[in-house]
Amino acid sequence: MNASALARSAAMPAASEDKANVAVSVRDVDVVFGERDSAVTALSGVSVDIPAGSLVTMLGPSGCGKSTLLRAIADLVPLRSGEITVLGRSPEQARRERNFSFVFQDATLLPWRNAIDNVRLPLEVGGGGSAHAEPAELLELVGLKGREKALPSELSGGMRQRVAIARALVSRPKILLMDEPFGALDEITRDKLNEELLRIWRETGTTIMFVTHSIPEAAFLGQHVLVLASHPGRVKEFVTVDLPAQRHLAMRDTLEFVQITAHLRRLLEEC
Amino acid sequence: MADVAHRSAALPQNGFFGFADRFRDKLPALLAVIGLIGSWQFVVWAFSVPTYMAPGPLDVLRSFRDDGWTLWSNFWPTLFEAVLGFIFGNLIAILLAIWFVHSRTAEKAFYPIAVFINTIPIIAVAPILVLIFGSGYLPKIIIAALICFFPTLVNMVRGLKAVTPATLDLMRVLSASQSEIFWKVRIQSSLPFLFAALKIASTTCVIGAIVAEWIGSNFGLGALIIEATYNFRSPLLYATVFTAALLAVMLFTLVSIAETRLIRWKASDVH
Repeated sequence: MNASALARSAAMPAASEDKANVAVSVRDVDVVFGERDSAVTALSGVSVDIPAGSLVTMLGPSGCGKSTLLRAIADLVPLRSGEITVLGRSPEQARRERNFSFVFQDATLLPWRNAIDNVRLPLEVGGGGSAHAEPAELLELVGLKGREKALPSELSGGMRQRVAIARALVSRPKILLMDEPFGALDEITRDKLNEELLRIWRETGTTIMFVTHSIPEAAFLGQHVLVLASHPGRVKEFVTVDLPAQRHLAMRDTLEFVQITAHLRRLLEEC
Repeated sequence: MADVAHRSAALPQNGFFGFADRFRDKLPALLAVIGLIGSWQFVVWAFSVPTYMAPGPLDVLRSFRDDGWTLWSNFWPTLFEAVLGFIFGNLIAILLAIWFVHSRTAEKAFYPIAVFINTIPIIAVAPILVLIFGSGYLPKIIIAALICFFPTLVNMVRGLKAVTPATLDLMRVLSASQSEIFWKVRIQSSLPFLFAALKIASTTCVIGAIVAEWIGSNFGLGALIIEATYNFRSPLLYATVFTAALLAVMLFTLVSIAETRLIRWKASDVH
């Protein structure tokens, strides 16, 4: 199969790349949960560079630590060893400076706040950050103009996740970390949000790391796909997706796309 | 659009038809009450039950007319005790719950004591408090407070802790301080739990005040119950009991109104 022509693979990409062009750098990271007998190694010797401004999807079987890696970058999980730098800073420093935002699988909106007040939350806590976007404009960006006053209980699952994305963008982060944000949505909603995420990515120029367990989603969204293997979680391959930057849902029916997903599927089966 | 939220179609109707609908809704309850009172009157009349043993509804109504002033003047002390007991009992419970949530040590030290206090029958505590504080208002307020205290403490601790791990992750990513988490998240998410307890307390505080008035008191609905019983003034006894029930319903309604005012968001994840 000639998939490698379409999906260039490299174990250590961008090694020679200028440091300024790397948004997130992960070096020999080990993450271990629990102590001694009950210790579980979630990540072992993980190294990867995420190019600035890119959209990297993270794919792997359950238990491969893809969420753990994302949470480690977000300073939600401590490292056993190794180093992570986010825009040249430690994850904690980057968190305090609001260099990244996190979108969870659940929208995690505060149910007593309406849409626009939920978007405003990051500006009200933790010092508020230095830069901020206009919440009303962000709701328009995610297609929720006119629903500013709606409570989360009055919104559908897809709309709630749109609010969560607007909230993540309000502090104008340079990096967006997304942990299976569309995993709980139906396929049609998911497709629509995938397209809109690509549009937002192009319009904002944000670096995006996106965890998913869906092969088509990983291939459709990602400029690169970081494939992880499990037990213990480690990097299997950093796949570059050779598709045009401008993507449409119809592209998923092309031969090129199918060859990429076939390659990813084979990688996952080897894990 | 794929993700349009469908709001409940059952909107409250206004105008005449709304009233008619509501009336039809309440009709079974209304008929049941009329039926019960009717059969009560019938049983009393058919078996010629002496009034001192069990008065009929008409005797009770007559008592409301003849002893109206006695009931009125004894209603106020009980209301006063119940309301002050409600305020202090719940206030102390809420403050203690806040302390418990912020200090594991405090919770470990004082929670068992709170449980122990709750196991003491309130009727057994009443004489002790009367011995210490005399026959004035104070022991009644303390007993009313004591009876409110425990359910509110338990519910408030639960409510303040009822924040999902994902929400705490979100607040951590936003670098929110403990006090920001408390004011922006914990207080709000505890409100449904708090009001569940306050509704219980709104009726039990009346019970507390009345039980306290049974012991060494010459005012209040509780004292009137004792007096009417000893003098075989059964219609007055019944009228007093109905007045006490009315007082409890009144307080319950006030708390319910406050609840709908304060919690406009639908508490979908509170069970």
